[in-house]
Amino acid sequence: MARDTEVLVLGGGSTGCGIARDLAMRGLEVTLVERGTLTDGTTGRMHGLLHSGGRYAVSDQASATECIQENEILREIAGHCVEETGGLFVQRPEDPDDYFREKLEGCRECGIPARVLSGSEAREVEPYLADDVKRAIEVPDGAVDPFRLCVANAIDAETHGARIETRAEVVDLLRDDDDIYGVEVRHESGPGKHTHATAGTTEKITAEYVVNATGAWAGQIGAMANLEIAVRPSKGVMTIMNVRQVDTVINRCRPKGDADIVVPHETTAILGTTDEEVADPDDYPEEQWEVDAMIDTLSDLVPILAEARTIRSFWGVRPLYEPPGTGTQDPTDITRDFFLLDHAERDGVSGMASIVGGKFTTYRMMAEQISDHVCEKLGVTATCATADEPLPGSENVEILEAGMDDFGLRSPVARRSKQRLGSRARDVLETDEPNPVICQCEGVTRAEIRDGISQSGTDLNAVRIRTRASMGNCQGGFCCQTMANELHPTYDEETIREALDELFQERWKGERHALWGEQLSQAMLNYALHATTMNRDRDPASESSTVDFAAFDDGRGAQ
Amino acid sequence: MAIEDDVLVVGGGLAGTIAALAAADESARVRLVSYKQSTLRHASGLVDVLGYTPAGDGPLVDPFDALADLPEGHPYERVGNEAVREALSFFDGIAGDAYEGGHTDANALVPTHGGTVKPTARYPGSTAAGLASDDRDTLLVGFETLPDFEAPLAAAHLEAAGAPFVARGVTVQFPGIVRDDAKVTRYAHLLDHDEVVATATGETTARAALAETVRAHLEDETRVGFPAILGDDRADAVRADLADRLGVDVFEVPMGPPSLPGMRLEELLYAALEDAGVRVTTGVPVVDYETDDGGIERIDHVVVDRNGTEIPHRADQYVLATGGLVGKGVRSERERVFEPIFDCHVPHPADRYDWFVDDVFGDQPYARFGLPVDRELRPLDADDDLEFENLRAAGAVLGGYDFAAEKSGSGVSLATGYVAGQRAGTEAGR
Ligand SMILES: Cc1cc2nc3c(=O)[nH]c(=O)nc-3n(C[C@H](O)[C@H](O)[C@H](O)COP(=O)(O)OP(=O)(O)OC[C@H]3O[C@@H](n4cnc5c(N)ncnc54)[C@H](O)[C@@H]3O)c2cc1C
Ligand SMILES: Cc1cc2nc3c(=O)[nH]c(=O)nc-3n(C[C@H](O)[C@H](O)[C@H](O)COP(=O)(O)OP(=O)(O)OC[C@H]3O[C@@H](n4cnc5c(N)ncnc54)[C@H](O)[C@@H]3O)c2cc1C
Repeated sequence: MARDTEVLVLGGGSTGCGIARDLAMRGLEVTLVERGTLTDGTTGRMHGLLHSGGRYAVSDQASATECIQENEILREIAGHCVEETGGLFVQRPEDPDDYFREKLEGCRECGIPARVLSGSEAREVEPYLADDVKRAIEVPDGAVDPFRLCVANAIDAETHGARIETRAEVVDLLRDDDDIYGVEVRHESGPGKHTHATAGTTEKITAEYVVNATGAWAGQIGAMANLEIAVRPSKGVMTIMNVRQVDTVINRCRPKGDADIVVPHETTAILGTTDEEVADPDDYPEEQWEVDAMIDTLSDLVPILAEARTIRSFWGVRPLYEPPGTGTQDPTDITRDFFLLDHAERDGVSGMASIVGGKFTTYRMMAEQISDHVCEKLGVTATCATADEPLPGSENVEILEAGMDDFGLRSPVARRSKQRLGSRARDVLETDEPNPVICQCEGVTRAEIRDGISQSGTDLNAVRIRTRASMGNCQGGFCCQTMANELHPTYDEETIREALDELFQERWKGERHALWGEQLSQAMLNYALHATTMNRDRDPASESSTVDFAAFDDGRGAQ
Repeated sequence: MAIEDDVLVVGGGLAGTIAALAAADESARVRLVSYKQSTLRHASGLVDVLGYTPAGDGPLVDPFDALADLPEGHPYERVGNEAVREALSFFDGIAGDAYEGGHTDANALVPTHGGTVKPTARYPGSTAAGLASDDRDTLLVGFETLPDFEAPLAAAHLEAAGAPFVARGVTVQFPGIVRDDAKVTRYAHLLDHDEVVATATGETTARAALAETVRAHLEDETRVGFPAILGDDRADAVRADLADRLGVDVFEVPMGPPSLPGMRLEELLYAALEDAGVRVTTGVPVVDYETDDGGIERIDHVVVDRNGTEIPHRADQYVLATGGLVGKGVRSERERVFEPIFDCHVPHPADRYDWFVDDVFGDQPYARFGLPVDRELRPLDADDDLEFENLRAAGAVLGGYDFAAEKSGSGVSLATGYVAGQRAGTEAGR
């Protein structure tokens, strides 16, 4: 029987997009379905540390070795998504000397370049480190933008012929006895780009082979075909600061613990994280103690964090997995390695494999191994090229640097837009039309917003993720409405109103965990702007009752 | 030596300036000390009294009808219905021709830059021709370089809101604006000074060029609305000139920050302070206070920080008008919400996760944070006793109301500023 596609990939996180790119480059016909937008799962809710491997150099040397290999590859193929910040493992006086030594040795054994800095040398690198910091190990950690990297993989997969469907939730696996031959998806608003107005449809997509890359949700997919996949989702908090207090990734050099990393990202620094097993990856408590712990614990390393302004906090769930029977109690002890579950071997059900566990940093290597497996199953001989072929946007960075002046763009804005867009910068930003700044905090211009809209439709949260618009100090209070304005005239007024409401509510969701001090004042200002100045909370256009306009002052009695 | 006055007002927003003017009206010697820019620069320049009940009913045609039913502790309930009316006529006296709406008790519905309509009680003359209950067809004009106002979208939105006229929007280039990120004050300045600008057909003046650009799009409409950038110092002249050239009425649609109508109101109030002989010191914060001994605490003097030097300011009566969370008269930390100068009691839930609800436009507890007061507007402590005998509070620093949901911000500042200033003025004169 003819199938709709050769390989069907479930899940549009880093793993799924990485697999789609790899297989498409090998010449296979690929379809990827994602229930939300790309990066909606854990990939869009992680710390953004491009691991050097230092973190695992004592506890898990296999992972550490993979990390440093992939770290080096990603710097090559995705330079525009990586900031080479470097990292420090910082030892405080109370942290064990033994562990410091083991860490250093471990790094060397795994091939991770590592150098010891004295306390004062470390403070020269990072002036805000605490005065009593004892020593530090310098490693090549980096900051990675998971949104851009994931999207770059998806775009490249499309270039190689893949079909990427977002807002397409898998609602059932198609199973014929012991063979899985496809899925049924529900399109939230019809196939293609997401717009709010179109009605939903369902579609059966058949495939030669199905790859379940739904991370923390892999168990839910498995259950649709009575397969048990014991994912142990574990949540972690990340707290965003309003300024970039450090330029280097700061790790605490002690065996394990919560709140031990600060990662600089663009204009902010992000504190993380916790590790707590949860029952449902879609519904878990986001707790105050977690945010407090970030600030209280990390200010031991960087004291000014205690006084600094936090913008918001967000949570993600790790798709941790243990083979049946391991029985680890503490989620921090569960391996960060990934597992490929071949359901034919494991459960006697052919046509599908599931991937669980792993890390963002090693997504490409995971994708390569899975793609090898798929090719073997389908009897295809084709080799992996993803380690050598740069991702879209990363080629010719130098030419782009030089071409900067041609764009006539003012520096801070342009430099960052250009980094975001990579080699597409010229196409997007070179415009004859007026190009005012839409988001002042992050310096995002109209051209970039419109480019985001051309790719994401009315899903302004996706536009936000592509452009960073509305993610700065004001948390969208000042620019959400202006972003929505750019949907006009392509979309109608009602659709735009709904898109704006959705974005504004989403921005509020993240802000709630930073609601004190400056950020509470900002929240009140944003609320006043939208409710008082614009009356968006009681917009007559959205209310069911009609207004008796004639009963109000028409201004004519005034003279 | 300490600076001495009858009444000292702390905070120079709408509440503080009105309080100072009301106190001066009682022949008191008044000083106003203010730190940073007030909320007026963010606000639209409209003076809302009450657009919706706390339960969300509305838009209210007659705000005064609804005042009687407000819950105990609401600032309007504290001062009483009559005081609200007196305060408004006091404001009308100060604002003169600059504001309209005083001819009726009914609210007006003003089109906003988001395309909705908003109930308000007093509106600047510049928005008068744009009211949504006026059924004349309307052309809205936006500018390519001002992304906050998308005129065709706003027009469609007005229609969806049921406005009783046909609205159409166009987006044009603003003659003389060359930078994509020019500030709104730059647009206003061009028009105020009617600067020479270059157009496709040669050099002309800014107002003529703008009128020419808009004329090409005008059909049967008898009024034209622009974003609120039509001049600053000479806004009336700019509007009249444009109306004359176009042969239709011209009005402004209030905008978000920085808001020219808000700044114009601020200028008007500060000019009135000068006329009334109020001594004004801006750019300096009040940082501390001292009490004198005796029964109920009395403030002896406050301490002003002038570039690091602490200068005592003494008065008989004090008015606290330092604003709410936005003006920084109410502050918060992870564990508490507080009033930073006098440490007056600010009721709030102990757990900061109870300070908000999940729906962004839900019934937000944080929006009601502020001081509880008696009917004389004197702050009360946790036991409902007076914090200080000679301190009154006015404006957004007060608690117990959500001005954003009710659309009552400036009205509360006016009414409570007026009452606090007047009482302080009379008491000091005794
Ligand atoms: C707090 C935290 C911090 C982290 N920090 C780092 C770090 O600094 N560095 C690092 O390397 N790694 C980090 N990680 C790990 C890393 O984020 C994850 O390993 C990685 O992002 C997982 O990607 P994924 O594609 O496997 O899963 P996901 O990104 O979760 O992708 C799965 C996708 O499947 C979709 N899906 C679910 N159900 C369905 C359905 N029914 N139909 C269709 N689609 C569906 C989801 O919407 C989701 O988009 C962190 C993880 C957490 C939780
Ligand atoms: C975005 C926005 C839009 C609004 N739109 C409208 C509207 O359309 N209609 C309407 O009716 N209302 C509106 N309002 C509400 C209205 O503007 C405010 O409620 C009102 O102006 C508050 O005035 P206030 O004088 O109490 O406080 P503020 O205007 O906040 O003034 C307080 C002043 O006190 C000063 N201060 C603070 N601490 C000290 C100190 N220690 N020492 C000295 N000075 C100090 C501050 O610097 C500030 O100048 C809006 C508000 C906002 C935020």
